[in-house]
Amino acid sequence: MKKTPLLVILALLLILPLVVEDVNFQHVMLMMLIFAGLGEAWNIITGFAGQTSFGHAAFFGIGAYTSTVLFYKFNVSPWIGMILGALFAGIVAFLVSYPCFRLKGHYFAIATLAVAEIIKQLFVSWDYVEGATGISIPVVPDSFWAMQFHRSKIPYVLIAYGLFVFVLFVAVAIERNKMGYYLKAIRESHEAAEALGINTARYKLLAMIVSSMLTALFGTLYAQYILYIDPFMVFGLDVSMKIVLLTVLGGLGSVYGPIIGAAILIPLSEYTRTLLGGTGKGIDLMIYGILIVIVVVFEPRGILGLLRKRSRRRLNYGKSNA
Amino acid sequence: MARVMLEVQKITMKFGNLVANDNVSFSVNEGEIVSLIGPNGAGKTTLFNCISGFYKPFSGKVFFEGKDITGKPPHQITMMGLTRTFQIVKPLKDMTVRDNVLTGAFLRSSSKKEAERIADEVLELTHLWEKRNMLAGSLTTADKKRLEIARVLATRPKMIMLDEAMAGLNQSEIKEAMELCIKLNRAGITLLIVEHIMEAIMPISHRVIVLSAGKKIAEGEPAEVTNNEEVIKAYLGERYYAKSKKLDHGL
Repeated sequence: MKKTPLLVILALLLILPLVVEDVNFQHVMLMMLIFAGLGEAWNIITGFAGQTSFGHAAFFGIGAYTSTVLFYKFNVSPWIGMILGALFAGIVAFLVSYPCFRLKGHYFAIATLAVAEIIKQLFVSWDYVEGATGISIPVVPDSFWAMQFHRSKIPYVLIAYGLFVFVLFVAVAIERNKMGYYLKAIRESHEAAEALGINTARYKLLAMIVSSMLTALFGTLYAQYILYIDPFMVFGLDVSMKIVLLTVLGGLGSVYGPIIGAAILIPLSEYTRTLLGGTGKGIDLMIYGILIVIVVVFEPRGILGLLRKRSRRRLNYGKSNA
Repeated sequence: MARVMLEVQKITMKFGNLVANDNVSFSVNEGEIVSLIGPNGAGKTTLFNCISGFYKPFSGKVFFEGKDITGKPPHQITMMGLTRTFQIVKPLKDMTVRDNVLTGAFLRSSSKKEAERIADEVLELTHLWEKRNMLAGSLTTADKKRLEIARVLATRPKMIMLDEAMAGLNQSEIKEAMELCIKLNRAGITLLIVEHIMEAIMPISHRVIVLSAGKKIAEGEPAEVTNNEEVIKAYLGERYYAKSKKLDHGL
């Protein structure tokens, strides 16, 4: 994999929101960075290791709730909450995955979906965290310590960018090293992987834990940005689905996939929302669904697969001419 | 007396009422090429699965280099130096040939540089070097079978179990596969081979074990086994055997 295109994308993602002063645009860029990062994290367990998780909202929500509750009840800095949230998410991933990984394929996917819904219901009926009412994060003056910035979105964008780069770095490091090869071997064939000496159970678990911890980081940032969370927002099925859909649309199993997917979905959903208001709710997902169907019918590897196919065809054409 | 590498003791494997392996015992010495033959459904692949940890045998024990490996997970057995290939090839389709082999090489070295060195060495040895950048899924059957071997070879095994590595190959490809087996054996790797193609396997085997309907019916040097009455019966059927006897008397 060449580094140049990735570096160009990274530079663009940083420079664009800083140069363009439109607040709406900055908001879209921020959401894009968050969801691209979530896609990268999800890609580790599903794209690399081939274990489809439909329940990543669980980890996103745990991240959001951990930091929020700690700040709201104990005045603990969301930065510390972010790290603890990631740890909790990792522990939950460990506890949940151990039994779930006994299931293969679709059954695993359904189990993750069920687990996320169970966790959502738990939070809905849990009075300590205000149940279904949700928590409004107490507003304090702009402060890095409290991760609250009211005068400009730029600090949020920079934090999102930092998290995104971190997650991307982890994903690339995994992909290029032993773990990446092992996860892909597990995806292609469990039995072949075992015959090659790969402890499939352990590597799947490890991938799930890393993926869930990275996912939780964005939960905290999201909560601090919106300053209000409830179980339906952060544990909702549509969070899980958005992560799944944008990665599949962009290209599963590649670090570019989530970036491409987020660059299409997030502007689409944010702008339809501002243009159509409440009546437009869900239109983005409808358009998105249609896009997915079209792309997957032609190329299961997403938009990235389409691009690769074209460049390969051009390459072959050049060769046959020579 | 050569050292015993693999010792299979009274393995029995049942699927419901079907007895796939019935009290099978044998051993393989270090440096040997041993073949496991028998008609379809004789229980050869089941036995392979029991030895390599993919099945837990109903009863009986398997020892590798003196250590009990019965019921251990396959990856641990591979780690100890005993690995296998699959009758139905399982290439890591979306990965290149080199990445397939590299995945195997990571078992002995977490450093990518070192693993790549092992992988390239194996690619040379198995004549897959020219095809290293092709996707494994796009290879021919012969090359996929070769890749199966290359991949496990990269895990630096002491012993490999080959499950029908020659099925579906043409004459010249079979010859190449035979040469590869001999080359591996000369490099010090013990081989246990399941195979149907007699003319390929008899010349390279030191010993042959014959399974029929789950039971071991014969064991010995290739020449002995091919003249064994039980074996001829199992392969050609009772009636054919009787007919050939009559012919013998007639002459």
